[in-house]
Amino acid sequence: MTFVNWLKRNLVVIAGLLTLAYLLLPNVVVTVFSFNNPKGRFNYEWQEFSTAAWQDPCGVSDLCGSLSLSLQIAFWATLGATLLGTMIAFALVRYRFRARGAVNSLIFLPMAMPEVVMAASLLTLFLNMGAQLGFWTILIAHIMFCLSFVVTAVKARVMSMDPRLEQAAQDLYAGPVQTFLRVTLPIAAPGIAAGALLAFALSFDDFIITNFNAGSTVTFPMFVWGSAQRGTPVQINVIGTAMFVIAVLFVLASMVISNRRTKQKA
Amino acid sequence: MTNDTSGDVRLSGIAKTYGSFTAVHPLDLTVPQGSFFALLGASGCGKTTTLRMIAGLEEPSAGTVHLGDQDVTALPPYKRPVNTVFQSYALFPHLDIFENVAFGLRRRGIKSVKKQVGDMLDLVQLGEQARKKPHQLSGGQQQRVAVARALINHPKVLLLDEPLGALDLKLRRQMQLELKRIQTEVGITFVHVTHDQEEAMTMADTVAVMNAGRVEQLGSPTDLYENPRTTFVANFLGTSNFIEAEVDTKSGDDIVLKAGGGKLVLPESRCAAATTTGGKVLVGVRPEKISLTHADDAGEIPEGRNRINGRITNSSFIGVSTQYVVDSAVCPDFEVYVQNVDRDTRLEPGADVVLHWSPAHTFGLDAAQDIDAGVEEGAAA
Repeated sequence: MTFVNWLKRNLVVIAGLLTLAYLLLPNVVVTVFSFNNPKGRFNYEWQEFSTAAWQDPCGVSDLCGSLSLSLQIAFWATLGATLLGTMIAFALVRYRFRARGAVNSLIFLPMAMPEVVMAASLLTLFLNMGAQLGFWTILIAHIMFCLSFVVTAVKARVMSMDPRLEQAAQDLYAGPVQTFLRVTLPIAAPGIAAGALLAFALSFDDFIITNFNAGSTVTFPMFVWGSAQRGTPVQINVIGTAMFVIAVLFVLASMVISNRRTKQKA
Repeated sequence: MTNDTSGDVRLSGIAKTYGSFTAVHPLDLTVPQGSFFALLGASGCGKTTTLRMIAGLEEPSAGTVHLGDQDVTALPPYKRPVNTVFQSYALFPHLDIFENVAFGLRRRGIKSVKKQVGDMLDLVQLGEQARKKPHQLSGGQQQRVAVARALINHPKVLLLDEPLGALDLKLRRQMQLELKRIQTEVGITFVHVTHDQEEAMTMADTVAVMNAGRVEQLGSPTDLYENPRTTFVANFLGTSNFIEAEVDTKSGDDIVLKAGGGKLVLPESRCAAATTTGGKVLVGVRPEKISLTHADDAGEIPEGRNRINGRITNSSFIGVSTQYVVDSAVCPDFEVYVQNVDRDTRLEPGADVVLHWSPAHTFGLDAAQDIDAGVEEGAAA
């Protein structure tokens, strides 16, 4: 009876912890196996503790090259998609033009389209145009599918913005450029940042579209896929863990900063 | 008030149309330097559009805007020497109070803003809150920040767009006095848009009553109240009783009118309508100008007052006064407010009474207009 009561009182906590475990267990496995010292080519069975892979993360040929390529593509794709997406979002919210409604719904198509279909169609397009597959085709493809996400994130923010704020800025002697830099952009910034983060994560992760349009270029997800056929080096787990830790640190840092700000205000 | 005219606002033939809808009909208006001017009207009457045309946030379809001798019609808002206190304030949410107030100074390239901003925050009693964000302040404090942010630029004209609309009644009264104090202190021209007739009358030297894109009447609050020129003004500002009457004769400066078998006297100077014998005139009188005497004492009413017989249908006691509704042959629901000085206990629903008032408190209006114009809007405000 007491156990049932205890369960009733703590049900929410237990359910929360279980969900969290469900979400984080794969990450734990990745981390644990980054310290493995596998006997064969496959890192699927725990053998013994070792920090060898951590001491030499680039020890596998081509791994760090593919990682650096993926980071570069993600950086440029984020930049391009954020710039274009922000402009599109502003145009869609602020201006009334012909076919605005059509653009508004068409912008979501890449999100709805099955990725593998889009990947194949893009390849057809690139081949017909005679484009050399590689860095540039990957980048163009990534900017394309990141755009819709950026537009969605920024649009929500711009729509909720009071147009009187910009009028107030103009009333207080800020010309169009000043108004944009001092008022519009800072207020839209959280939306733009959210869009950019999303774009980076999507681009860095992408396998399907990249695989179709990469030619002989190998990005990090493609490298992982390729090595999984022949044997998985522990270094993949090392890179995965490192990415995870960096992301968590970023989140923690932003939480600390915003906490400090609210404390200062109060 | 000085002879300096650099803070005059002159609107000449200014108009605004949106497609086929006319928000503001061609309008001429001069707001003298240093005055507290109110644009009063119900929502959608064009008052805010007029204000925004002065600010430069709305482009007039026709006409010109002058500030002093300068034609500013073609100038964008950021080049006009006017500042606005926006409805719901439009404080910059990402900047703290100090930076909100400093915004205008910084945009004009002024480097050392600390002293000015500090002084201005002290003027509106917010010195302590300088480093807070707008959302951490109460409505009244935000309102004061909005005023400070505009005033620090020493505009020639300060425009206020329903600045007190979001505040509760008590705070609104307090801020009305506060704004009036600030205006007297800094001496610049204030143009204030409001739908609240009490607010306009308390604060402004001159009030322009707007209705459907036109200025119905312009004058001092007392002038508008005592001598309205249209039924809209008479109903929008306070309450009025109307009697339809016919012009009988003229005697000296007075017009004698026939209404329901009786005679009423109206000074010619207080009649806004053309008066030809036999013509119709709407006779108006404010409820608090009327005295109520029980029919038994009718003999005690002095000669020369306008009199109407009636019967009380309703009375409500509200402390300082009692409000009566009186049914009479010329008007079915005459409203009368009687101060509770010496209460006559016979004045109860059903009692026969005589309504009487001084001819000097009577006003005459053109009969060819809606008697109830402005009633709804006035009640809502």
